[in-house]
Amino acid sequence: MIYVNGVPTDGGENPTIRDVLLALDIDPDRGGIAVAVDAEVARRGEWPRRTVPDGARVEIVMATQGG
Amino acid sequence: MTAPLVIAGRELRSRLLLGTGGFTRLETLGAAIDTCECELVTVAMRRIDASAPGSLLDVIAAHGVDVLPNTAGCFTARDAVLTAQLAREALQTDWVKLEVIGDERTLLPDAPELLAAAEQLVDDGFVVLPYTNDDPVLARRLEDVGCAAVMPLGSPIGSGMGIANPANITLIVEASGVPVVLDAGVGTASDAALAMELGCDAVLCASAISRAADPVAMAQAIRLAVRAGVLARGAGRIARRTHARASSPAQGMPEFAE
Repeated sequence: MIYVNGVPTDGGENPTIRDVLLALDIDPDRGGIAVAVDAEVARRGEWPRRTVPDGARVEIVMATQGG
Repeated sequence: MTAPLVIAGRELRSRLLLGTGGFTRLETLGAAIDTCECELVTVAMRRIDASAPGSLLDVIAAHGVDVLPNTAGCFTARDAVLTAQLAREALQTDWVKLEVIGDERTLLPDAPELLAAAEQLVDDGFVVLPYTNDDPVLARRLEDVGCAAVMPLGSPIGSGMGIANPANITLIVEASGVPVVLDAGVGTASDAALAMELGCDAVLCASAISRAADPVAMAQAIRLAVRAGVLARGAGRIARRTHARASSPAQGMPEFAE
């Protein structure tokens, strides 16, 4: 089990960050998003190969309106 | 102050920065961007929302302005630094409007956390524009750690109370070696004009425009107020006096018959 934006999610066997995004119907090639795994930024170039360990907290963010 | 504003080597033609928060429609935001002729607009970073209506970034790009991500909502230096790093990754900009909030009710900055975050982000290569208290000493400390500008509040975020302590804003302006951007508290055009008359280099507005009854009309009013304030500052206002000083001559008064 991993936690994606606070939601417990069955990520399957050793999912990569790219796998996690695809499972949520998020296009990993779209711009404007960033990912942190356990409070550390995962650079876009790492997404295809970096695996998300069991119990990890994944945060996927985008720009929204704000002052 | 007819020279353009320069922050971290970037020349900005506009002395008004727009916050995108509070606009109820993206179309209105786009019209406000066009009307206030800004070049930088702030955005916040939040968990991805697949149901978000339209793309904020597309609207911003279509109107030819750049994003300035903020760290709004962060209460610790650690969270603010991580949020800035996420923004850099998502938006390909190393500029950040640094906010580290110390209190939910007032949304006032947490000075020690703000300074710690500023130092870390400068070391990490960011162009740091900190939202800060109207405290001249803290402003100096932020400049000392390498911030590219300081952005003191006029009054609390979204309060519309204007510039609560103009004397402190003046002290910050006098001492600062980096641009001073009046951030937060502007409620209407006259507040923005006052900021520029006090010597601020720019004004950042969000709620004053986005939550006005007619945001586009207020965008125009505030743009003109910023311009008026710059001109008034340059023109050199008269000194304040305790007593009146007649502008009509005292000599030559006719004496009328009883």
